[in-house]
Amino acid sequence: MSGRDLTGAEILLEALSDLGVEVIFGYPGGAVLPIYDALHKQRRIRHVLVRHEQGAVHAAEGYARASGKPGVVLVTSGPGATNAVTGITDALMDSIPVVVITGQVATHLIGTDAFQECDTVGITRHCSKHNYLVKETARLAEVVHEAFHIATTGRPGPVVIDLPKDVQVARARYQRPGTIMHRSYRPRIKGDLAAISAAAEMLASAERPILYTGGGIINSGPMASQKLRELAGLTGAPVTSTLMGLGAFPASSPQWLGMLGMHGTYEANMAMNQCDLMVCLGARFDDRVTGRLDGFSPRSAKIHVDIDPSSFNKTVRVDLAIEGDVGHVLDDLVKVWKSRGLRPSVSEEWWNRIRGWRAVRCLAYEQKGPEIEPQHAIARLREAVAHLDPIITTEVGQHQMWAAQHFPFEKPNRWLTSGGLGTMGYGLPAAIGAQVAFPNKLVIDIAGEASILMNIQEMSTAVQYRLPVKVFVLNNEYMGMVRQWQDLTYEGRHAESYTAALPDFVTLAEAFGWKGIRIDTEDQLDAGIAEMLAHPGPVFVDCRVKKHANCFPMIPSGAAHSEMILSQADVSGELDASAEALV
Amino acid sequence: MNAPAPPPAPRPAKPLFPEEPAERHTLSVTVDNEAGVLGRIVGLFSARGYNIESLTVADVSPDHAVSRITIVTTGPRRVIDQIHAQLERLVPVHSVTDLTEAGPHVERELALVKVAGTGEKRVEALRLADIFRARPVDTTTSSFIFEVSGSTSKVDQFIALMREVGLVEVARTGVAAMARGKDPA
Ligand SMILES: Cc1ncc(C[n+]2csc(CCOP(=O)(O)OP(=O)(O)O)c2C)c(N)n1
Ligand SMILES: [Mg+2]
Repeated sequence: MSGRDLTGAEILLEALSDLGVEVIFGYPGGAVLPIYDALHKQRRIRHVLVRHEQGAVHAAEGYARASGKPGVVLVTSGPGATNAVTGITDALMDSIPVVVITGQVATHLIGTDAFQECDTVGITRHCSKHNYLVKETARLAEVVHEAFHIATTGRPGPVVIDLPKDVQVARARYQRPGTIMHRSYRPRIKGDLAAISAAAEMLASAERPILYTGGGIINSGPMASQKLRELAGLTGAPVTSTLMGLGAFPASSPQWLGMLGMHGTYEANMAMNQCDLMVCLGARFDDRVTGRLDGFSPRSAKIHVDIDPSSFNKTVRVDLAIEGDVGHVLDDLVKVWKSRGLRPSVSEEWWNRIRGWRAVRCLAYEQKGPEIEPQHAIARLREAVAHLDPIITTEVGQHQMWAAQHFPFEKPNRWLTSGGLGTMGYGLPAAIGAQVAFPNKLVIDIAGEASILMNIQEMSTAVQYRLPVKVFVLNNEYMGMVRQWQDLTYEGRHAESYTAALPDFVTLAEAFGWKGIRIDTEDQLDAGIAEMLAHPGPVFVDCRVKKHANCFPMIPSGAAHSEMILSQADVSGELDASAEALV
Repeated sequence: MNAPAPPPAPRPAKPLFPEEPAERHTLSVTVDNEAGVLGRIVGLFSARGYNIESLTVADVSPDHAVSRITIVTTGPRRVIDQIHAQLERLVPVHSVTDLTEAGPHVERELALVKVAGTGEKRVEALRLADIFRARPVDTTTSSFIFEVSGSTSKVDQFIALMREVGLVEVARTGVAAMARGKDPA
């Protein structure tokens, strides 16, 4: 039982490599130089040099969400660590497995306000799933293995390892640790069978059931999506999903209702409102989904399946809570259903109601004249690329919601968007991370002109690593989503929401070594998209769209599902004070 | 009657579970005795807006590996359940027991109470201390420090009485608590 005598930096890389890590997204600095030197001397792990540490974390998130493997980040102490905080918080909110290694000043300098010292474990304590300050090289291997275990199991999330420089330099023996049996952390995988059987019986006797699915299905892995399809097939229940869960259920299925929530479809939200049984699978009753709580599906029984029991009864009371990995629970649910020979009692009347809501055609829009409707741009894009099974990332704003509405998905891990934190600047680095995971896939960031500027520097990263990502900007010259709220809440007083002084994106793209394409009118749209697809390298498309379009349907903050605004015509001036206070 | 109609009242911001009254619960939490663990717990309470009435912590295992944290908190039932679940979610937390929920348990806290005065007041302070089984642990000709222990309400009561006879300052430990009977919580 000897192991080898290595420096802390070497132990780190050895452990990462034992954990199957192939790529690190990072940015160097004084406090991580020993690790960079060790990286330089080996060939097993690739390093992708980003241009800002926030970009490193989003890239790792994109990598993780597209591939299902944890993303790894390496940044220096002080500003490197603080720049990573937005990304870490984003990964926490969306339950994305990433491990972030931050350099720290030498242990004897900690607490002295040394150069580039910051309290990284203090700062990230509440925006990470867990974090460590490693003070002894001998403990490092164990910590790295444990960190991956925690990041990837249970409800996934970001784990931070703060590594003082002297710990990177000191030597210790490295031995690959055995399976991790954590002293206190033991997430539950299998759900309680009695509860699952009760759920099956409830589903079988429901006349108006709905499956409300979320990002947990994607996180659980492809098996969960498969089992969801099976369960939907067996029960005949309609299916809706949160923003995070899109792709888990095929949008082409006749049982698919579209996304629910604030910008969800009329049929999804009405069905949530009027169902008699709601089965929440790996979602968390987020306020963007529920709207006003006392108006949220008032007459339904609710079943909630979640790996994180703190999600139960947090905002919405449920009748049956099942703790476990949603993939395993779905598997058992399907088994129980079959072994008991259950039959659905979904009423024809339920589907008739749904057909009625669908007939409202809440996502309809009219493209006339040369000015491009943003929905139309997305629909044409989707038409041109659907057969290529692309990965789509987004920034945050109206374009994100239009993409969610008008770019349907058939498979999981194809839709990467910042849901919980709503981080502008997410899409480009996430696209880079996804492209690193799948070099031959088409990866497109559907962006807004304001958001894209928040991590525009990552265009260099794409060039350096020959990553042919595409950025498709719906340029409305506004922080459109902000402007929309100002239209709805502040009588159209557009305080600071005009994105003035925009760069010439085509020239900017070319300056970075990208191809730039500008689309001004509808007649240029298809040709511009074709040109984007024909180019083998990264392409930036500046697609000019209608400036004042608003994104509907919309459930205003603090309203119930049944109080949905379907179009601009339904908008009625200012909101009252209590609704104004909500975000 | 043709008075103008009153303006519509703004919709009040509703609490999530309005029907539930606040309850006081004592939670016993065992944790890995590692750096930052208290910060995680206190930070959880402040970040999510939970109340802490008192919090005590000390390591309780011979190898100093495990600490017991006793937290007294108040809130509606749902919030208490949330606190329980959120605490259990923390990686270094071994177990969380809601002692109030689990059944009969003992709660004690200790206070040091400094009282200054002479003459009649000094005699009265000593007499009251005796009734409360508070021991003088420091004495000068014009002051006492009493050590009193017991339930929170007993300590509260003692301190209230001492105010009338020359209370100077108080230090309290907060609650330590444990389930009754032979089994661990
Ligand atoms: C980092 C960050 N800052 C601010 C916001 C608030 N915000 C949400 S959407 C939005 C406007 C986005 O504008 P743009 O990228 O042009 O997208 P559009 O809504 O016009 O499609 C802003 C400022 C945010 N989500 N993230
Ligand atoms: Mg915009």
